[in-house]
Amino acid sequence: MIRVFISRDSTALSLGANLVADNLQKVVADKGLDIELVRNGSRGLFWLEPLIEVETASGRVAYGPVQTSDIPSLIDNGMLQGKDHPLYLGDIEALPYFKDQHRLTFARVGKTNPVSLDDYVAHDGYIGLNNALSLTPEDIVKQVTDSGLRGRGGAAFPTGIKWNTVLNAPGEQKYIVCNADEGDSGTFSDRMIMEGDPFVLIEGMTIAGLAVGATRGYIYLRIEYPHAYVALNEAIQSAYERGYLGDDILGSGKAFHLEVRRGAGAYICGEETSLLESLEGKRGLVRFKPPLPAIIGLFGKPTVVNNVISLASVPIILDKGGDYYRDYGMGRSRGTLPIQLAGNIKYGGLFEVAFGITLREILYDYGGGSASGRPIRAVQVGGPLGAYMPESQFDTPLDYESFSAIEAVLGHGGIVVHDDSVDMAEMARYAMEFCVEESCGKCTPCRIGSVRGVEVIDRIVKGIQKDKNTTLLRDLCDTMIAGSLCAMGGMTPYPVLSALNYFPEDFGINVDADAA
Amino acid sequence: MHGYDSYKQEIDDILKSHESMPGNLLPILHAIQDSLGYIPGDSVPVIALALNQSNAEIHGVISFYHYFRQTPPGKNTIRLCRAESCQAMNGKALEKYAQKQLEIDWHETTSDGQFSLEPFYCLGNCACSPALSVNNEVYGRVTPQRFDEVIASYREAAE
Repeated sequence: MIRVFISRDSTALSLGANLVADNLQKVVADKGLDIELVRNGSRGLFWLEPLIEVETASGRVAYGPVQTSDIPSLIDNGMLQGKDHPLYLGDIEALPYFKDQHRLTFARVGKTNPVSLDDYVAHDGYIGLNNALSLTPEDIVKQVTDSGLRGRGGAAFPTGIKWNTVLNAPGEQKYIVCNADEGDSGTFSDRMIMEGDPFVLIEGMTIAGLAVGATRGYIYLRIEYPHAYVALNEAIQSAYERGYLGDDILGSGKAFHLEVRRGAGAYICGEETSLLESLEGKRGLVRFKPPLPAIIGLFGKPTVVNNVISLASVPIILDKGGDYYRDYGMGRSRGTLPIQLAGNIKYGGLFEVAFGITLREILYDYGGGSASGRPIRAVQVGGPLGAYMPESQFDTPLDYESFSAIEAVLGHGGIVVHDDSVDMAEMARYAMEFCVEESCGKCTPCRIGSVRGVEVIDRIVKGIQKDKNTTLLRDLCDTMIAGSLCAMGGMTPYPVLSALNYFPEDFGINVDADAA
Repeated sequence: MHGYDSYKQEIDDILKSHESMPGNLLPILHAIQDSLGYIPGDSVPVIALALNQSNAEIHGVISFYHYFRQTPPGKNTIRLCRAESCQAMNGKALEKYAQKQLEIDWHETTSDGQFSLEPFYCLGNCACSPALSVNNEVYGRVTPQRFDEVIASYREAAE
């Protein structure tokens, strides 16, 4: 039977993938043809979604972007045999956007049926877990440490060191918590993994459990991702049924249980201690650190809290070894980063490459420039708490240290592009406003500072005591950076100050005019 | 049956089925909202009693999270993304357009009870901004025209 692939990824669905799939099945049935329709993840080339791939004798052949009205002509022109058509794209993996990637974490996304355990295993899934079962916890942690894997949150903390702390912490019960509260605008790599290859996350968490002696794990999933919730639960259920989760993983005598918990629309719960409070059934207020969650975490027990991409990168490390992963990247940024290109960009999507690629290469070689065709003016990297970068910084390589050297953050690898119609004073105000909306309220610099920040920016823009209020704004930002309990208040000044420093004219601050 | 009596059984069942779950408050609130569409104020003391917490603690949790609501929603909930990526693609104009077409502000419900409008911060559909969702369906590259089409499809479905 001919296998046809249409994505079940949220973005593909948002462009009509379900309609395309339904229509294809109808047209095929009317013609008395027989196909097997696989709902896969997305390849990440979103301007080509909804995408149809057909498995032919000479490999997979793609067509896109497909609308329902294209289906009859596609079928009549021999799409099911991989024949030519105006929407014909050929082998998707041979396209320039795809072929230069280093797909380690995303190796299977878009290729396989995300919720088929057989498909997962057939594409090298669970090799990492099998290897881990024959290793000591110390050896598993060593592999992860050797890989150089770092957390994809703002702090970029080395994963192996975190695991080692939990391994050595005394405690009868330990936990693995996956932070799936990816709330940064411009990021969707977690979502794509959870929708497109949920088993890789489940496997990574199971390995983490073996490594530190944790028998229970939670995925704290943001409510904004309903399709990921469905895919994760389908995958977890079949992992239980087949003995990959439960009291006796693959007959090893080792236990690991896993559950998805839904968040409720609070950005702050992406901060690890707020997330733990929320999992415990409370308001998501940040905790003072120390104690670290690695020592006193969920329900007061030693807990590994890692992001989705960190945990989803573990299976390949345990499959091919820490050195294999470490050999990608530059400096102290090892391995690969799934880059998410969004906002005002022609070719938005996800591609996974080794650290070290420059912003300019991403924006123009991959992204094809702005969607509006106007010049790109400002780029925000790393979510709402990330700095705005002007054109003069586009040659910065993607590397944690290079970014922090210019007071920018790489964070989750999300890139939001703005063209020259953007008002940067408005974006700075929005950053403060977002902090007002999303602050947990526990510490004063964040709770009150953000409210004051909005007021002061308004005054600057209105031209009320411009110099004095600009000084006040910088002062306020210093206080927030130095005095906030967590990154919410501590990093909100990044977008604000970068907007002020690189785009002062948008605040009505004209250096020449002021001097006159 | 009306008021609390009309949903007492459902809430009791939810509380019972979550009894032994660690950290069960959010799952309980989700289950109630999934089932009733909101968390009725008169369920707060019942949840508090079952969890051995104060009313204030339960209320504090409900009000902390943007997703939980204490009034019944419209038949369909539109969630419009206001985050940076959508702003970069005319999201603000779409916000204004949606409010004008529906004749409501954020957190309000249309007079015919068909649509509620909620602000959202990122649906993870940033490569195809601006985005919105209706109930659990996501829509990308939403122009005013597409907004009207989407809304119309739900109106028709309702009729």
